[in-house]
Amino acid sequence: MGGILVIAEQRRGELRPVSLELITAAQGFRAAGDAVAVALLAADPARLVDPLKVAGVDEIITVQTAATEFDPDVFEAAVGALISARNPSVVLIAHSIDSFGYAAALAARQGFGFATDVFKVERIDGELVATRGGYGQKVCVEVDFPGRSTVLLAVRATVFKAPDGAGSPAVTSFAAPSVVSRAESGDFIEASAADDVDMTAAEFILTIGRGVGEEAKIAQFRELADVIGATLGCSRPIADAGWLPKSRQVGQSGKTASACQLYIAMGVSGAIQHLAGMKHVSTIIAVNSDAGASIFGVAKYGIVGDIFEIAEELRRHF
Amino acid sequence: MKILVAVKQVAALDEDFVIGADGRDVDAEFLIRDLNEWDDFSLEEAVRIKEAAADPVEVVVVSIGPEEADEVLRKCLAKGADRAMRIWDEAVAGSDPIAIARILAAVARQEAPDMLLAGVQSSDHGFASTGIATAGFLGWPHGAVVASLAYTPGEKSAVFRRELEGGLLHQVKIQCPAVLTIQAGINTPRYASLRSIKQAAAKPIEVRTLADMGMSAHEVGEQGSLSHVRRMYIPDKGHAQLIEGSAAEQAKRLAGIIRAFKGEA
Repeated sequence: MGGILVIAEQRRGELRPVSLELITAAQGFRAAGDAVAVALLAADPARLVDPLKVAGVDEIITVQTAATEFDPDVFEAAVGALISARNPSVVLIAHSIDSFGYAAALAARQGFGFATDVFKVERIDGELVATRGGYGQKVCVEVDFPGRSTVLLAVRATVFKAPDGAGSPAVTSFAAPSVVSRAESGDFIEASAADDVDMTAAEFILTIGRGVGEEAKIAQFRELADVIGATLGCSRPIADAGWLPKSRQVGQSGKTASACQLYIAMGVSGAIQHLAGMKHVSTIIAVNSDAGASIFGVAKYGIVGDIFEIAEELRRHF
Repeated sequence: MKILVAVKQVAALDEDFVIGADGRDVDAEFLIRDLNEWDDFSLEEAVRIKEAAADPVEVVVVSIGPEEADEVLRKCLAKGADRAMRIWDEAVAGSDPIAIARILAAVARQEAPDMLLAGVQSSDHGFASTGIATAGFLGWPHGAVVASLAYTPGEKSAVFRRELEGGLLHQVKIQCPAVLTIQAGINTPRYASLRSIKQAAAKPIEVRTLADMGMSAHEVGEQGSLSHVRRMYIPDKGHAQLIEGSAAEQAKRLAGIIRAFKGEA
């Protein structure tokens, strides 16, 4: 049958923004006659239909699920059944924590073409080609899917923009198969805030990363942040080691620097999960001893050098 | 009781790396190999479960890779794994994570562990697919991005918290045996002592071929993969404007940018 199927993502009754980004991603490679259908899996999908009525969507398919929240068995069965029924040539899903929980199992069992963390999708001579990063994003890798009639692509968030303009898609429903899940959803828990900092509100952030090397060096940067008037943030390894509280972690599993205008990253390599929380900041300054660090790819200004030396010299000016 | 831990020898790039002649991967000469960071956390989690259990628990590590992967398996033995297995065959070269998962599923069927742990993703290619695809082939319950875990080997279920975007946690109870992918930061991995490194060097690594696993060549490598690498290339380098000069000069410029931002300049 062909066409493109987009799997929207919701959590606790809210549509996640990546759902709209997937719709934009679909426009980039749709062939003439390719319909774009967006499937919405939720306990009460009708509630979330309106925000998906955007330009580029031909059909919204509501799939009522027995589970209120994400459940790997329920989602795998529902998406699998929908793909069997519609037989799309391409299925777009978010590269997200939820999709980590079932997309690979679905692709493996059904033999779909499959690639994750895709940031570019195109057709080259009619062939579907997806591009992803490799070796810590230092290279780009183009993959294709010879002989696969259905290809499942997990697309990176914040690469595509939400579509402009409204649409008037048809709204249909699909009956999900009933499955007995082997997982039981419990509570949602906010990671405990060890201090009351709000990274999402900070306008000026000084972030430190793995390059700091040892806990004893944290104090130097804490003092520097205070003196220059910045909020001290960190990348994942620093929070994982317990050197700074999780509430100061910027990135996909931490906080997004939503209000930030000046972001100084010291000793941060620029893992894709970190960039997700800060790459939008208008002025990013990266200080790193590795000239090849990915952080320089999103920074406005770069200093290739020793972070301790730069920190010490910078301190003299305040 | 048994916990199977899947580990990968990952590769980081040497500073001046080049793409190999076929244009599909980095020239192997420029790869620096080590144990995947996430796998260090999943091994530690398995060893802690073993240490806390009243009944004997065996921690078995398995890696799919050529002989050089023995290095990471010895590291795992030194950090508390009881046994190490390595599966390899020339036909496995070129496998994507799904083909690797098919082999891991065969290992799990032979070893019949009570729980299978894998890292959320690998630090080199970040597919975040291998563990959950293995669960798919096995038909086992599975959970991804586990940031805390309460599990006693032999129990019929485990309770874990998966780490969602924004740091939100979601508690899930899952039936066992299951496949769980472990998030970095779930614990603090131990360092191997000199004594345990020495002991690990003397331990055997069980090497198996595809035939030993009852598998054939077409199930692995490019034929057994769900994607095919067309081309690998080095993207245009970042557009950061470099601030040159001595550290003092660089810091002075940086101070100027900060002052301008704060409206002090």
